[in-house]
Amino acid sequence: MIGPILGVLFDGFAYGMVLFLLSVGLSVTLGMMNFVNLAHCSFAMLGGYVTVTLMNALGWPFLATLPCAFVAAAVVSVVLERGLYRRLYRASDLDQVLLTIGLTFISVAAAAYVFGTVLQEIRMPPYLRGGVSLLGLRFGVYRLFLVGVALAIALILVLALEYTRFGARVRAAVDNQRMARGLGIDVDRAFAITFALGSGLAGLGGALAIEIVGLDPAFAFTYLVYVLIVVSVGGLGSIGGSFAAASLIGISDVAGKYYVPQLGAFFIYLVMVAVLMWRPTGLLGRR
Amino acid sequence: MARPPEALTEALRYAEAETRWRPLEVAFWLATLLPFVAFPSYLALASQIAITALFALSLDLILGYAGIVSLGHAAFFGLGAYAAGIVSAKAGWGEPLSGLLIAAVVAGVVGYATGFVIARFRHLALIMITLGLGVLLHEIANQAHWLTGGADGLQGVRTWPLFGRLPFDLFGYTAYAYCLCVLFALFLGVRRMTNSPFGLSLRGIRENATRMPAIGAPSRAHVRKAYTMAAVIAGVAGALLAQTTETVALEVLSFQRSAELLVMLVLGGAGRLYGGLVGTLVFMVARDRFSGINPQYWYFWIGTLLVTVVMILPNGILGGLARVLARRRSPT
Repeated sequence: MIGPILGVLFDGFAYGMVLFLLSVGLSVTLGMMNFVNLAHCSFAMLGGYVTVTLMNALGWPFLATLPCAFVAAAVVSVVLERGLYRRLYRASDLDQVLLTIGLTFISVAAAAYVFGTVLQEIRMPPYLRGGVSLLGLRFGVYRLFLVGVALAIALILVLALEYTRFGARVRAAVDNQRMARGLGIDVDRAFAITFALGSGLAGLGGALAIEIVGLDPAFAFTYLVYVLIVVSVGGLGSIGGSFAAASLIGISDVAGKYYVPQLGAFFIYLVMVAVLMWRPTGLLGRR
Repeated sequence: MARPPEALTEALRYAEAETRWRPLEVAFWLATLLPFVAFPSYLALASQIAITALFALSLDLILGYAGIVSLGHAAFFGLGAYAAGIVSAKAGWGEPLSGLLIAAVVAGVVGYATGFVIARFRHLALIMITLGLGVLLHEIANQAHWLTGGADGLQGVRTWPLFGRLPFDLFGYTAYAYCLCVLFALFLGVRRMTNSPFGLSLRGIRENATRMPAIGAPSRAHVRKAYTMAAVIAGVAGALLAQTTETVALEVLSFQRSAELLVMLVLGGAGRLYGGLVGTLVFMVARDRFSGINPQYWYFWIGTLLVTVVMILPNGILGGLARVLARRRSPT
């Protein structure tokens, strides 16, 4: 009785960790600059395609492709940030939404042009396949690996934000951008670096997500909705909030699909609308 | 004591200048009659454009005037379409005008109810709530197979002849005339409304929602009213689609429809009465041309278009034209 429930909880949590990696960067940059970046998942998709290409065409090992996915997404995001985004920091929500949705459309079409619309697949190395038995339950090795990576990244992020000088600058900018500027903090530079790191994490998340959810050009739109749900439920600019919301949404989604399949994707939207009605700023959001 | 009357006449002059029919407007509406004589083979597309233009007009009302960014406006379009479709397919009542009325009431009631939620939010939470409500409705329609036909679409919609006399012909003469008349009638209503004090206070809310109550305009009540009106108009547009195509696909509620509508409105110029109409016209004609060549990469062009509009033409085609005209008029 308890076994299947734990299994569903674990799968949901692993899925939630993918969502966490995909969304944490957007949460921080949104909280900092109030910039609604709907192209965030395009960076994730880029990371995914980098991994697919390196593995399938060049035969690289899976683990070696992960840093490349991170770097590629980060570099492309910096170029776009310097070239396009920075001109719209003071523009309305609508302009930001339109620009970034436009970029998402372009990325989807470009991915379809280069890689075709087929679902991409990669072969995991043997040590990440199969499962292990623990307390009479079977856990997928890859899912355990995923949870480990996500927890490590969450820990590093929290420590870096709390205990480094750069982290203090970022926190100051998120709390009160104008005051931070007044104290001589270069908010634009801090933002550019945060933006690159966040997009890089999305790229990494995209690469790690291939095994769980697959990768095709529609990825940028499908997961955009999930990522936005996580961000708005978790609250802007909060790593803990993103973590909690990603776990909640991941578990709700998997549990909803497992126990009440006829409801389909209905369940997570219900969770989102309910949370936002209760707390319009998200679980841990302050504004 | 000489100032108030002077200020009043100033205000009256402004209102008069705003409401006067310009020659360009008259020309625009006369041009909508062109498809009857010039392109009779494109009447089906023309009806689609008229319906979508009406839908864009309703989004303009809340986005362009009240400043509510909605990513789920297709919810009301779909509600109207299903209301009119179900009345005809399940209850066997195919009279078109009363069908429109039923759709308007259904969409309006739901719009009024959700308006209470919408008026509480701004910024990202608002975008997410509208998106979430839209997706919820899509999912409900998908599950309620017995009522809506689910993913297979609603079959068996029959529309009776208009006024009992004019049947909907194969070439779409009646359909286009019908859509155009409804569009024009509702456009007149919206035009009157946006030039009223209520319309002005909506624009005030768009600019600053917290300051408007200070001069006696209740922001939330106004937002609810505008949202309900937009829902009614979107519902009528959906009903028109259901009646003229005699089928309702699940796609009427889809996120793509909401997103594309936003693109059309912004392309034309949000916050201008003709923005939605011009944007829809340009967008749908372009899609008709381009998708024939290369349907898969149509989205690439939409994306490029969006980036260009935001970067170069911040107020859409009409905003750009207005800027060019203003520059030409005052070169000194």
